[in-house]
Amino acid sequence: MSLLEVKSATKSFGSLVAVRDVSLAVRQGELRAIIGPNGAGKTTFFNLISGFFPPTSGTVAFDGNDVTALSVTKRVHLGMARTFQITEIFPELTVHENVRIGAEVAAGYRLRPWISRAGAEKVERTIEETLALVGLSAKANRLVGELAHGDQRAAEIAMALTLRPKLLLLDEPTAGMGDQETYEITQLIRRLHRDSNFTIVLIEHDMRVVFHLADRITVLDQGKLLAEGTPQEIGANEAVQAAYLGKAA
Amino acid sequence: MSGEQARKLIVIVAIWLLLLLAPYWMPPLGGYTALGTRVLVLGLAAMSVNFLLGFTGVLSFGHAAWFGLGAYGCGLMLKFVALSTPLGLIAGTVLGGVLGGLLGTLIVRRRGVYFAMVTIAFGQVFYYIAFQWSSLTGGDDGLRPFSRQPLHLGFATVDILSDATAFYYFVLFCFALAVAVMGFILRSPFGRTMLAIRENERRARFLGIPVERHIWIAFTLSCFFMAYAGSLYALVNNFADPRGLHYSQSGDFVIMAVMGGMRSFWGPLLGAAVFVVLQDYLSSVTINWMSFVGLLFVLVVLFFPRGLLGVIRRKSEA
Repeated sequence: MSLLEVKSATKSFGSLVAVRDVSLAVRQGELRAIIGPNGAGKTTFFNLISGFFPPTSGTVAFDGNDVTALSVTKRVHLGMARTFQITEIFPELTVHENVRIGAEVAAGYRLRPWISRAGAEKVERTIEETLALVGLSAKANRLVGELAHGDQRAAEIAMALTLRPKLLLLDEPTAGMGDQETYEITQLIRRLHRDSNFTIVLIEHDMRVVFHLADRITVLDQGKLLAEGTPQEIGANEAVQAAYLGKAA
Repeated sequence: MSGEQARKLIVIVAIWLLLLLAPYWMPPLGGYTALGTRVLVLGLAAMSVNFLLGFTGVLSFGHAAWFGLGAYGCGLMLKFVALSTPLGLIAGTVLGGVLGGLLGTLIVRRRGVYFAMVTIAFGQVFYYIAFQWSSLTGGDDGLRPFSRQPLHLGFATVDILSDATAFYYFVLFCFALAVAVMGFILRSPFGRTMLAIRENERRARFLGIPVERHIWIAFTLSCFFMAYAGSLYALVNNFADPRGLHYSQSGDFVIMAVMGGMRSFWGPLLGAAVFVVLQDYLSSVTINWMSFVGLLFVLVVLFFPRGLLGVIRRKSEA
């Protein structure tokens, strides 16, 4: 059974149809990339999955639940976490504090006026493990707003990871990064997928990253599903090549 | 202990020493004890505004409503129901806090300017009620007569009515209680979710924090603190006044918080001290004292955008 199953999702804003009748099924443990030219509706599609806004028509099912009408917060509690194209972090707090908020919410402490020593130790362990996983242990006491872009992205991913998500949604994780930073984030995503077994759906522009990481690729063009397949299949697909070269498919 | 922690500890010890010894060092400097009492009460009010503004990132421009309701609640209790200072405090705190919480449910989805506008409207509603309902509130003349009552501690009775120093210490004790609770909340997991909402509401939501519910809780807590400060203010003046509910009073609290430093816990107390002392000194010289306070406010915002205490800016421990 699929972990995430989107059926015939359509989203229109007035007369503009940003996503038209797109279906997608992602199985447990998969790393799926969503690609497409600018304006293909990738981020809109992501917003439908994560609950930023509801689809005009169609359904989203996650982990056996119909989540089409659920709020962002409820989807998070079911195990969906996401990052954004423009990094969303808590800039005036330290890396440790950023990650701690996620860890405490995930542990069910968000309304607590205090937590037990055991609870605090559990939270601290989660923070340490997560920071080690994304390679930010040495920068735990730095203010996130002062870090380099690549480290901010890693911090954002770390916050998502504290939720122990069943599904990790990454919106252009390498957007605006240089080669070295892109390489590091790619390696991080690879570790999360191969070693920690996270199910990941990501949007990506950088084709080297996509072909290096993805198990399967979904191609959107002008709001519609253009193709889906393994990296080899997509690389050989003429319609995809045409879309990227700007010709009519 | 890191450098930052050591510095924080020194600051806290210094603040409490200054507050504890105020009746001894203020008179030689030309002040008087009752002025210190006013600073504590208005400082607590400014800290309550800042609980929401500086730590949740939500600007209420009508917080004087809860302050004034606290004052009326306390005054009505002392005038009509029971001659007891503690009961007056409880009545005022509950009246302002509960009404704040109820009305808060209506506005937690509003943000920014819209939130501020609706809170001003709430404040003005209560202002006009207090102004018009003369039979209960005394209307424009304010609620009187009532007066704070001696405290019966079982083993002793403290005369806080005529002994200004005893009253100062009573208010300091009440202030310390509220500040301890406030500090405790801000250091809790819930307090950190408030910071999360201030820093980045979208990220907070995507971490699974129900943002509206948390803003409502923070707003309600802030209303309770505010009403508590208002009750103390009624005890300070032995009088409750519709102007305590007016939006210009709300504006004064915001000025105190911003001038002192929104990002710092103690900033608003410093802001209140500067405001109250300037008011006390300048208003005996000129009726246009507010122009000078306004000028200082503009200068602070221009040159110290983080407020007087905010100058000590947070830095990484790299």
